Amino acid sequence: MTGFVAILGRDLRLALRDGGAMGTALGFYLIVVSMMPLAVGPDLKMLSRIAAGVLWIALLLSALLSLGRIFETDFEDGSLDIIAGCGLPLELVVAAKSLVHWLTTGIPLALAAPILGLLLNFDLSATPFLVATMLVGTVAISFLGAIAAALTLRARKSGVLVAVMVLPLYVPTLIYGITAISIALTPPGSPWPSFLLLSAISLASVVLGPLAAAAALRYQVQ
Amino acid sequence: MIETLSGTDLVLERGGRVVLLGVSFEAVAGQALVLTGPNGAGKTTLIRACAGLLPVSSGQISLVGGNGELTIAEQCHYVGHLNALKTSMSVRENLLFWAAFLKIGSTETRLEDTGQTDKGSVRALVDGALEWFRLRDLADVPSGYLSAGQKRRAALARLLVARRPVWLLDEPTVALDAQMRDLFVDVVDEHLLSGGIVLAATHLPLPFRTKRELRLRLRADGAGSGPCISGAAS
Repeated sequence: MTGFVAILGRDLRLALRDGGAMGTALGFYLIVVSMMPLAVGPDLKMLSRIAAGVLWIALLLSALLSLGRIFETDFEDGSLDIIAGCGLPLELVVAAKSLVHWLTTGIPLALAAPILGLLLNFDLSATPFLVATMLVGTVAISFLGAIAAALTLRARKSGVLVAVMVLPLYVPTLIYGITAISIALTPPGSPWPSFLLLSAISLASVVLGPLAAAAALRYQVQ
Repeated sequence: MIETLSGTDLVLERGGRVVLLGVSFEAVAGQALVLTGPNGAGKTTLIRACAGLLPVSSGQISLVGGNGELTIAEQCHYVGHLNALKTSMSVRENLLFWAAFLKIGSTETRLEDTGQTDKGSVRALVDGALEWFRLRDLADVPSGYLSAGQKRRAALARLLVARRPVWLLDEPTVALDAQMRDLFVDVVDEHLLSGGIVLAATHLPLPFRTKRELRLRLRADGAGSGPCISGAAS
């Protein structure tokens, strides 16, 4: 357990100190969402209808930007060799690093969403649901993303490859996230079933992501 | 007490290519085993296999007298070609991280693993390691600003922040000046005296207190297919 905490602490410190991943994700999110009203025109009704979808897709793409870096720096400077060989089970290492990705990318993006929603005339009454679905959904994004990050570790310039591998895995998260919000916006019916399914996907990915990514890493460090 | 780290009839592959064929070795506690041989003879491959990074295709690596609850890799320190330093963290922060992370398989902290004193002992170990490798003045400098030799010393200081019985060293003295190399030899000698095992690959002379040499040779039939062992201990 000390090893898990040590990695968590170090990676959080590095993320805050270097600031790269978080800044890039938030900046990209802001740019994509603020371009949208300029592109589709000032029709408030239409903007509010597409708001949830735009916010979610922009969130997925922003989170994707920093996925490749989850293991890359440790691989390049040799830390991964020591981490993988001489200590903690790799599954726990992956879990710690995915958790850091969620804390430094998922949470800031989810919290920025309601503010950016103002640009899209997003119905404020559904804001709690928007933030809740995003907080839960980004867990799956980080933990499933770790699989793609681990698989493409040795491939230079692996950005497109990561996107191709991981976006299909995000489809269920996207669908249930959007469904929960749109049911919350149009009162008859309960958004909870969709929200619970979304949570189930995230919980499953917390278990499966580290297992799969650790298997990939074991091959990558050979 | 740890006794030997040995490999028997090892076959090791990298990327589907046989790199080592039928190698056996035995590293005894208190005596360094130095791996030599031309480029591509499989020195790094052998060390990475001991560190648990490479699956053994055939043969066996075994540790006699170690802690049965831990894997071999968990009782090893591995110092590879790369220094494993985070450039934006200071030397001390890097070492504190490794001290916390590598504590898992450490033999010493297992005995004194009692909350309060723990943090103090980790700090003391790190301070001791910084002192040994003459890094105290550089302790708070981000490691990205160090010279190649200083980075190497910081990487080697990792050996002292957690007590592990087996040291796997891959070209440990690259970039070190003569004085620092002697200093490093002293550190290794101390480890050997306390009954540790050292397996070191090198091209440079390493005047350890007691050592045996294992010379890996490229196979005579050429074709670059794979080297095999010829000379044993000398």
